[in-house]
Amino acid sequence: MATPNSPLWEVFIRSRNGLAHKHVGSLHAADATLALQAARDIYTRRGEGLSIWVVPSSAITASDPAEKGMMFEPAESKIYRHPTFYDVPDEVGHM
Amino acid sequence: MAVANVEISETPLVLYTLRRADDALILGHRLSEWCGHAPTLEEDMALANMGLDLLGQARELYTYAARVEGKDNDEDKLAYLRDVRQYRNLLLVEQPNGDFARTMVRQFFHAAFADLYWRAMMQSKDATLAAIAAKSEKESAYHVRHSSEWIIRLGDGTEESHHRAQTAIDDLWSFTGEMFSVDGSEHGLIDAGIAVDPVSLYPQWLKTITAVVNEATLALPASNWMQQGGRGGRHSEHLGHLLSELQSLQRTFPGATW
Repeated sequence: MATPNSPLWEVFIRSRNGLAHKHVGSLHAADATLALQAARDIYTRRGEGLSIWVVPSSAITASDPAEKGMMFEPAESKIYRHPTFYDVPDEVGHM
Repeated sequence: MAVANVEISETPLVLYTLRRADDALILGHRLSEWCGHAPTLEEDMALANMGLDLLGQARELYTYAARVEGKDNDEDKLAYLRDVRQYRNLLLVEQPNGDFARTMVRQFFHAAFADLYWRAMMQSKDATLAAIAAKSEKESAYHVRHSSEWIIRLGDGTEESHHRAQTAIDDLWSFTGEMFSVDGSEHGLIDAGIAVDPVSLYPQWLKTITAVVNEATLALPASNWMQQGGRGGRHSEHLGHLLSELQSLQRTFPGATW
């Protein structure tokens, strides 16, 4: 339950061999310190991570779902942006 | 009770290990009582996590106590088939959960000690106890962090939370002295470098407690009169009720597994 005393936080975890923090979920906590502890207690119980970020959900600016046509559809017709039209030399190896 | 209690040959090292195992089991069980009842889902998980840390410590300590004793006992028998007078835990850890503030104050008083204790025990000449200490210290360090953050927020929170936290401190204070008491069975272990003299941990414990309590705008009681008894099996009325629940399944269906 969202109350003025326990706002919502978004949790990001960097896994053992991951390079980037990934969003894993959200939680309620009174402040940043307790949010970090709660994130540890809820989202790293099975050894999922080596680093945690918590961010106030209110700090996120989100795109408007009603604008998804304008926002995302123009990209759908531009298949040439996918790097599948190039022959990758064998010497380059795994990309 | 359908099953007889086990007999324990309480040599100093067996007794010493059992006492710490009982502390961990009983405090862990108390925390497990919050499961599904904590103020928020987040804290429900945090309390269960700490309880599971303590249960893990208890298992290792019971297993070691049984091995040192060298009889027919094992971790399950030691946990489930001893009666209340055979339990050797501190009176502090068996005190009822009460409200959330009381649970956190109890946790804070104990964890602030346990963290210093396990850190010192990493130097124990007993390799098994030193290994258990190395694992447990990381867990107790987090218990200190978690409980102290809550003490600060409860004390420096609302009038209601301040009052509840202060009441818990006043009520539980007299149970803290037992953590630092040593009886005849432990002197030899301390001299041999197997055990830590808890008296040596007191100044740092008091410093930690005082700093947090001050920041929380709370106060420690002036009285230094302390309760004793748990280490010798003389418990408050609460432990028998706790054990009747903890042991009911094994007492009713001996050896039950699933």
